[in-house]
Amino acid sequence: MLSKRLIACLDVRDGHLAKSVKFVDTKNIGDPVAKAREYYADGLDELVFYDITASSEGRRIILDVVEAVAEQVFIPLSVGGGVASVADATDLRLAGAEKINVNSAAVRRPALIAECAEAIGGQNVVLSMDIRRIEPNEAMPSGYEIVINGGRKPMGIDALAWALEGERLGAGELVVNSIDADGTRAGYELELTCMLAEAVRIPVIASGGAGEPAHLYDVLTKGRADAALVASMVHYGDYTVSGLKRYLDGRGVKMRMSW
Amino acid sequence: MTVIVDYDAGNLRSVERACREVGLDADITNDPGRVRGAERIIFPGVGAAGSAMRSLARSGVGAALVDAFHAGTPILGICLGLQISLDRSEENDTETLGLVSGDVRRFRLDDPSLKVPHMGWNAVNLRRPHPVLDGIQPGDEFYFVHAYRPVPANTADVIAESTYEGVFCSVLGRDNYVATQFHPEKSGRVGLRLLERFAAWNGRVDA
Repeated sequence: MLSKRLIACLDVRDGHLAKSVKFVDTKNIGDPVAKAREYYADGLDELVFYDITASSEGRRIILDVVEAVAEQVFIPLSVGGGVASVADATDLRLAGAEKINVNSAAVRRPALIAECAEAIGGQNVVLSMDIRRIEPNEAMPSGYEIVINGGRKPMGIDALAWALEGERLGAGELVVNSIDADGTRAGYELELTCMLAEAVRIPVIASGGAGEPAHLYDVLTKGRADAALVASMVHYGDYTVSGLKRYLDGRGVKMRMSW
Repeated sequence: MTVIVDYDAGNLRSVERACREVGLDADITNDPGRVRGAERIIFPGVGAAGSAMRSLARSGVGAALVDAFHAGTPILGICLGLQISLDRSEENDTETLGLVSGDVRRFRLDDPSLKVPHMGWNAVNLRRPHPVLDGIQPGDEFYFVHAYRPVPANTADVIAESTYEGVFCSVLGRDNYVATQFHPEKSGRVGLRLLERFAAWNGRVDA
């Protein structure tokens, strides 16, 4: 059967690895290419790069980073950050990314999902959603709202409705980023992740909030996620990729254990 | 020379990079003459069977692949490359190349907890020895992305199996042709080792 996936996320700003808390206070913490190689050698299942620089100069840097990583790391690479057109997606694919994450631009113009799915195959289009908890209301009955522009702009769109729309438009996978949990190390948003994983037939990647190994176990079991995304936990050396996988395997979660 | 067959089916650069990593120099081409004359051939691909077959017919590369197969050239199919080497695919109801008898069927996925497509890492269990899969250990996992599964007509052509909605053929082979439903170029070191063994393979299964 399919293994659950452990995915590491590298936020890249101006060519450096960055880490935010609740999407702000971004700090530089190292060389993304070196980190990617280290995690690959230690058994990582998939790698995500988010380009958190919006400038055109930053765009060139992320292409260089992806290209350098693709030369040395032979697992699926996923890239997002500012993808607004099929041309953006195609540039990143040529640089070596398998999967392209769309986020804010798809919320503003949902047809982007269908256009990318047509151009590069739906299985390679990942709909990344930044979500915050709200009081349920008539417009947003799920109690979760879509936020764009790096967590700065609430859109008044129901997160569950948007996930279903993304699937319908051809996205092959969902990333569920909880803004409330991001960088807190207090655990993933289990209720949100479970709600979305049960609603769609495409894989769901849980993101935001992991601080200890039990959080990964919880989201891959109770949260019904197909993959858990980590950042701080491994970037600062508190945990290793292989150590997290051994822990999950030891608790009965099906993981890829030889590499 | 090794060639990677280009028929407008996905990004071939990752296959090229993985080949380079294991010391296999490979050129991407859609020239039927180069496919016929190649020392070995890699036939990758993602996408849909219908458009892939149209492209192979238009360029003449489909006929060149069939000729190379009968001439004994070692050929490695990957993903969609595997699927269109069978006789027929349910996807777009398409006649395919027929190097190996059998057809390609969609996963039914009646169980709502199974996601579509089958995407991620899954174990590959050998059913018979093959030089290109030599050294694979039970439990070694490879990276898959597909919604259709190959069903070879002869069990003798099934080299390895995996389990998703049920057991399905994940590596098939006949004579000088071998093909993986998974992506060796994205399967870490076990995938690179498979490419390395293909690079050294003489196309014979009895040796």
